[in-house]
Amino acid sequence: MKARSLIPLALFVVLVLFLAIGLQLDPREVPSPLVNKPAPAFKVAQLEQPELQFAPEDLKGKVWVFNVWASWCVACRQEHPVLMDFARAQIAPLIGLDYKDQRKDALGVLKRSGNPYDLTAFDGDGRVGIDYGVYGVPESYVIDKAGVIRYKHIGPITTEALNKTIIPLINELKKS
Amino acid sequence: MTVICGGAWAKEATPLAEDPVVEQRLIAISEELRCLVCQNESLAGSRSDLAMDLRRELRSLIKQGKTDDEIREFMVSRYGDFVLYRPPVKPSTWLLWAGPFGLMALGVAALFVYLRRRNVDIGADLLTDDERKRAEKLLQEGEK
Repeated sequence: MKARSLIPLALFVVLVLFLAIGLQLDPREVPSPLVNKPAPAFKVAQLEQPELQFAPEDLKGKVWVFNVWASWCVACRQEHPVLMDFARAQIAPLIGLDYKDQRKDALGVLKRSGNPYDLTAFDGDGRVGIDYGVYGVPESYVIDKAGVIRYKHIGPITTEALNKTIIPLINELKKS
Repeated sequence: MTVICGGAWAKEATPLAEDPVVEQRLIAISEELRCLVCQNESLAGSRSDLAMDLRRELRSLIKQGKTDDEIREFMVSRYGDFVLYRPPVKPSTWLLWAGPFGLMALGVAALFVYLRRRNVDIGADLLTDDERKRAEKLLQEGEK
């Protein structure tokens, strides 16, 4: 009889546990089906030099980071100093994708706050973004030597994410 | 005034007027897809930029003659099963699909057990022999 009276309490504890786990989850972080798939191919004009083009194949044989950003994106400003640090460390090429933006605005941002990118591809109508499953800028991808996406980071990269996840992953991928 | 209003109205309605058949299919498909920006809205109902872009993509896929399954695959390959309001049945979603039925089975079983026990209780003698005799005596006295 004593054990039976504890059943409601046990159920309540289970409910609280589920709710507690639910609170920790971020519904914005949708697991990307693109991880461990080849990076979708594209060929678009570059931001700074519109006469030149960029395609992911250009970086075959290198481990690189692909960062989707835009001048209208507020969270990108928060991420910007972290990217500057990453660029200074020269660990891997950092390629930007200027997503649904105006060239003039994007160039203005790079001029004002510094340009961490080796180059930026220009995706004015957002078509490349759709192929990469972009739904909230900024998003970043680590792409390996074979051109396979190995990691996707949604939202601004923090120093912690950079040092604990992204840089170790890049170093590991470089060895293979 | 009428000209201005008429013009504005016509502009608003162009996507629909463009090709009603395509638009019908677009709505049917995109109502079953989640908008990733406003996650509680369907792709058909959302006014977010991404939803508009995706509707544009889906429209062009429809015009290319892709089947509904191919269009859903286009979305799933980019955003994962999360975009589907009807998740596919596979090992990781078995609990999701079977869970409610499992809970119902549990409830029915609990109800069954409860009713059986209650029937036993109803059938059981609630009074001891002594009590029964006393009750009968009291009843007889009352009748007099």
